[in-house]
Amino acid sequence: MASNAAAPFWRAAGMTYITYSNLCANLVRNCLKEPYKTEALNREKVHYSISKWVDGKPQKPTIRSDTPED
Amino acid sequence: MFRHGSRFLTRATTTMKWRRPFSTDLPAESVADSNFIEAWRKVVPNVEPPKTPSAFMAARPATPSSIPSKLTVNFVLPYSSELSGKEVDMVIIPATTGQMGVLPGHVATIAELKPGVLSVHEGNDVTKYFVSGGFAFVHANSFADIIAVEAVPLDRIDANLVQKGLAEFTQKLGTASTDVEKAEAQIGVDVHSALNAALTG
Repeated sequence: MASNAAAPFWRAAGMTYITYSNLCANLVRNCLKEPYKTEALNREKVHYSISKWVDGKPQKPTIRSDTPED
Repeated sequence: MFRHGSRFLTRATTTMKWRRPFSTDLPAESVADSNFIEAWRKVVPNVEPPKTPSAFMAARPATPSSIPSKLTVNFVLPYSSELSGKEVDMVIIPATTGQMGVLPGHVATIAELKPGVLSVHEGNDVTKYFVSGGFAFVHANSFADIIAVEAVPLDRIDANLVQKGLAEFTQKLGTASTDVEKAEAQIGVDVHSALNAALTG
């Protein structure tokens, strides 16, 4: 059960700590000087290919990326 | 009804001895689990016991009776280990409750970090990092573990981008309508203000 202690504003808005800390980290990465900025942003990219299985056979995989820019 | 009460009580206290009282107040640990090795030797006496993950880790030293002169700092990011067992004089941690100076012999604490400057003092040298958020664990044996999501040396921050971001999020804070949008804008303002303060001050 959540405590009755004062929650931070982002918690009150329904964010989780993970969401909050990742948002903060992303904002910091976006403020870096150039060689470091691309390096940091590329490091955080996650790509994965997903394929559904129908009748025991995998369908054609589609590539998903979690970075909104792509 | 409580005939066995005293026995349970003594058992509780004896088991508490080897159980960790607090995660920040670790007792000195032996490198390998002696119970496991003992049990192994009973079952397979002619084969050396395998190494378990704890055998590969350095044992955490016991809390010394006198305060040591140096603080040992482990500073880790998800992708790299910035400082590993480094002996320094002091670290200043940007905790949510305010700047926290940690010297050797600091009381055991867990602190949440806010976006801000982490400075590592080593004699006359001061290394400054900007951390986005994370946690700091200060142990009673003058060890401090600092865990951050993102941390960069201050000279890698672009002041123009910080100003641009600050202006953008201040404007967003004015136009935000939902709670989540407001919170996002507020986080943006907070992070960029902290970045700005780190660069100017």
